[in-house]
Amino acid sequence: MATYQNIFNRVQVRGPVETVPVPHGDSARFGKGGFSYLLGIIGDAQLGPIYLGTAGTLSLIFGFFAIEIIGLNMWASVGWDPVKFVRYLPWLALEPPAPSYGLHIPPLAQGGWWIIAGFCLFTSVILWWVRMYRRARALGLGSHTAWAFGAAIWLFFVLGWLRPLLMGAWAESVPFGWFPHLDWTASFSLRYGNLFYNPFHMLSIAFLYGSAVLFAMHGGTVLATSRYGAEREVEHIVAVGTAYERGALFWRWTMGFNASAESIHRYAWWFAVLVPITGGIGILLTGTVVDNWYLWGVKHGMAPPYPVYPSGVLDPSLLPGAPK
Amino acid sequence: MSFPLKIAGAFAVLAGVGLAFTFQRPPITTVQRGYRGLAVEVNYNNAALEKVRAANVVPAPEPKQDPAGQPASEVYQNLKVLKKVDANEFLRLMASIATWVAPQQGCTYCHNQDNLAYDTNYQKIVARRMLQMTEHINTDWKAHVAGTGVTCYTCHRGNPVPKYHWFNVGDPVPALAGGMAEVNQGKNLPSPVAGYSALPYDPLTPFLEQAVSIKVQPTQALPGTDRSSIKQTDWTYSLMMFISNSLGVNCTYCHNTRAFRDWSQSSPQRATAWYGIRMVRDLNNNFMDKLKGVFPATRLGPEGDVAKISCMTCHQGVYKPLFGVSMVKDYPEIGAGGQVDTTADIGSVNDFKQ
Repeated sequence: MATYQNIFNRVQVRGPVETVPVPHGDSARFGKGGFSYLLGIIGDAQLGPIYLGTAGTLSLIFGFFAIEIIGLNMWASVGWDPVKFVRYLPWLALEPPAPSYGLHIPPLAQGGWWIIAGFCLFTSVILWWVRMYRRARALGLGSHTAWAFGAAIWLFFVLGWLRPLLMGAWAESVPFGWFPHLDWTASFSLRYGNLFYNPFHMLSIAFLYGSAVLFAMHGGTVLATSRYGAEREVEHIVAVGTAYERGALFWRWTMGFNASAESIHRYAWWFAVLVPITGGIGILLTGTVVDNWYLWGVKHGMAPPYPVYPSGVLDPSLLPGAPK
Repeated sequence: MSFPLKIAGAFAVLAGVGLAFTFQRPPITTVQRGYRGLAVEVNYNNAALEKVRAANVVPAPEPKQDPAGQPASEVYQNLKVLKKVDANEFLRLMASIATWVAPQQGCTYCHNQDNLAYDTNYQKIVARRMLQMTEHINTDWKAHVAGTGVTCYTCHRGNPVPKYHWFNVGDPVPALAGGMAEVNQGKNLPSPVAGYSALPYDPLTPFLEQAVSIKVQPTQALPGTDRSSIKQTDWTYSLMMFISNSLGVNCTYCHNTRAFRDWSQSSPQRATAWYGIRMVRDLNNNFMDKLKGVFPATRLGPEGDVAKISCMTCHQGVYKPLFGVSMVKDYPEIGAGGQVDTTADIGSVNDFKQ
């Protein structure tokens, strides 16, 4: 008998399009829905119908403005040359205003566009959160995904708005651009004396790696027991079956303890959500409360001293007669 | 072949091409240079190292001459900076300079072939200043060049214009959109100087010509004293990438990366580099920039400035130029405390001719 799986075989489910009635007062969904073979390789083959609603539509409009402002400024920065725009795209960016502007609104060409693009992007993300929350409620679900997304928005909010506000300069924020925002993370860590000595950065990394471990453990367990029907894990949360019990037994044999079908998802959700929450706290404290994390680490006995070079080196600028 | 297999094949080819053109293949030789476990080490790609070694071989010195017993100024006309050099040694030095600087063009790259004493070529005026500069480096910048010293060859390597010179960068994209579009930020374009990152593409002008402060890390744990910005750090970072490339070393050659600013955790080479930065500033301001009136317009950069010196000009990807072999020991007249008159007037084109 053919078994239905994604990625490893070509059996795909086809039937009438699954749909549910939209709650009273909500706008209708777009399209009738159809099937895609390519999507069926990696997931459910059904595409659509799609619900946009007021929040979703506004979110897309604000998102479009943000991308448009960023993209057009990037294109302008290569003299409107379409070839250079494509070739250099990973390097191009829309830069926040110079430190001299503080929290004032600079002219458009001096960072004003960055403020407008940031506002549009933030509005778009918030509206998408509203849409996510409302759809979860409309389907009678909990709001877990919305709050998980909210945790990511918190980090974005701290980086782009809250921390610059506390530091008194938009210049403290991140450029919109692929390589430039990565360079920014390196410069940020260098300026504030090595972010690896920031305890909240440590926590964030621990939760990030922890998320990866939990995901591998849980994904592995479910796949390994799928021959007993474990991919129907949601049903197993309330009705324990053979597959779940085998998975639980596997971990109890391996490490003496096993999570339950419910608790494993709570671990995973909290680990994932705590990555941006702790990360955001770490960013917020940088420059506002601590200026040099390495020296802060030394002060609190966290960074051990060791002899890097036995002879030691003096700062030449402090020697008598030093050149400028 | 099934469709997913084709897709996988396409990705494999793409990844393969990416790997072949961006990564270096092993073996790598690692030399530990400090306390264990800190990655304070230098990494050499063995295959690349052979090429670098071949490109940094010192030419054999001209055979030694018996002294003539009289200074060159008593034998030759129109000498300005090499008056005190022995006449025979002077000829030997001239022959060496020709092979170091203009092996194809020979003596006439600087000299008028009708009369070598004429000042008809601007190159000769520049060469006088460069001799003064060489003497200045060897005498006054021992903190950077130590006893090894430099000669014309350290930078020129057989090229009339040293291969690794640099100019101020103005607007790299001419005819910008203007109007309300974002003004030039000095960054966010591929920067060859900074390892093709999006960091500032001209860190050399502020740090190696002007004397903008490089320090950006605070000296105390809590806020209140340091006004450096993240944007400023981009510039320092870009300069450091350039120095790293120029010397063929990584950050840990000079720094303990857990605390870049801390001198007590840095290698002695960091102090050498610190003097090097000041030396290059001195040379660019007091020697290169001062030659602006001497060079013809074709030798100037797009911003109308003179070609300038950076770490790369001498080092050319090696931690010590020419792997630390001293050439100047065979030419003491241009070495530390040599016989070049560093204060002499270098004259100007067509000052002396018939």
